[in-house]
Amino acid sequence: MKLSDLTNHAGEWLRGSGPQCEIVISSRIRLARNIGGFPFLARASRHQRQVLEARIRDTILNAQVASQMLYINLEDAPQMDRDLLVERHLISKPHAMAEGARGVAVAEDETAAIMVNEEDHLRIQVLRSGLQLEEAWDQINEIDDKLEAKLDFTFHPRFGYLTACPTNVGTGLRVSVMLHLPALKLTGEIEKVFRAAKDMRLAVRGLYGEGTEATGDFYQISNQTTLGKSEDDTISEFKLHVVPKIVDYEHHARRQLLNDRTVALDDKVCRALGLLRSARLLASEETLFLLSHVRMGVNLGRVKDVDLRTINELFLLTQPAHLQKIQGRKLEGDLRRAARADYIRQRLNGK
Amino acid sequence: MKCDNCNKPATVHLTEIRNGKKIEKHLCEQCAAKSEGVPAIKGHTPINELLTNFVMAHSGMQKDMGATCDQCGISWAEFRQHGLFGCEHDYDAFEKDLSPLLQRAHEGATHHVGKSPVRAGGSGAAPKPKHKLVDITKLRKELARAVELEDYERAAKLRDQIRQAEEG
Repeated sequence: MKLSDLTNHAGEWLRGSGPQCEIVISSRIRLARNIGGFPFLARASRHQRQVLEARIRDTILNAQVASQMLYINLEDAPQMDRDLLVERHLISKPHAMAEGARGVAVAEDETAAIMVNEEDHLRIQVLRSGLQLEEAWDQINEIDDKLEAKLDFTFHPRFGYLTACPTNVGTGLRVSVMLHLPALKLTGEIEKVFRAAKDMRLAVRGLYGEGTEATGDFYQISNQTTLGKSEDDTISEFKLHVVPKIVDYEHHARRQLLNDRTVALDDKVCRALGLLRSARLLASEETLFLLSHVRMGVNLGRVKDVDLRTINELFLLTQPAHLQKIQGRKLEGDLRRAARADYIRQRLNGK
Repeated sequence: MKCDNCNKPATVHLTEIRNGKKIEKHLCEQCAAKSEGVPAIKGHTPINELLTNFVMAHSGMQKDMGATCDQCGISWAEFRQHGLFGCEHDYDAFEKDLSPLLQRAHEGATHHVGKSPVRAGGSGAAPKPKHKLVDITKLRKELARAVELEDYERAAKLRDQIRQAEEG
């Protein structure tokens, strides 16, 4: 498998096929792990980083954690490839921008990715489309077991798995669900979700994690407590309480829009589709918001001649690095915006 | 007031006690940064960061910075500045200072609950009591559906499964 094989389809997180995928875009679980006998990365020398990277890379590739693993050395990878991996949610922005020996191992189907030498020595993550937290946990738990059999993970009898930042100590677990909440945004009720999430000690972030805006009405909800709460309790809480509540709330807001503000709703959806079908210059952020409204329109049956799969793909394929990879050349400013508009017109008008 | 070293206006005023003698210094920003390790003020550097930098620049004041990890050499003040530990031993080295911080960050928790590595004498993933709950919920839903569809044979099977799960 080559990195370029990834560009012609949407990644697992945007496949839009899992349970409750009309609102729950994806389920993600990550585990933070460090190897005993080495300093954490903030204090690791150049040489220690290199030794760590080589050892972890070889272990991942030999442990057969997934059917086909592609390892990408990020120190040598061109920026475009690193951006591409960020857009596909396979690595974090800081990992793309960092320096020194580091990499990522990606499973062929993109359901698993292991970052090497990010904030912790290993950041194992599993991604599933729709609401599939238990499936994701089973997969990541198995990967963790396989790696643990070969690597000596730092573990403390009182504090659990030790991590570079004590906000992750204990289970090292982060559960994130990506939700598409356009109706709550339109009705202005999204603030209530934020407040409720805060009360439950959950973090709400944008499309690309920490420090990013909630672009295109996508919101990532994740746990913050990792000490004193088991993996199972955290996952159950998401599955049984957090996600169903927000999903119900969004459904309710959608029904309300459909029943009480039908014309206003149709206007929003059709304007967005009209712009996407005829604009000649489209910026990336504007595109995400327009696609968001169309996606809601498709889900509510207000748009019949566009399928959800196309919309889901466009969310990803119109991002800067993907667009340039598809076009096969570097594009800046208006050239890029024009190429984006062309590509979208072609996909939505079937020409 | 002019800088002790050059003619620019002095904006940094230092008082040091050395061997019981009071030494006053008046410096401009640049000279202070050069000779005293006082960082030049850039944009919106928060005041606490300025103070930490200043404290850290004066190695003679190590004692005031709290404990230091004898494995990786990181001090509590350095950790507080970046939020990242230097090595696994820091959790023991700073246990006293760390505990209240962990409790604030993790809903009052003081001890790990959950998976432990087999290597560390653990048993892998923690038992899954909640999964049983989830399964029962699922079974009940299926039972309701089976009754609705008048599939009584399946309903009876599901009822037995639920009973078994509840007892076990």
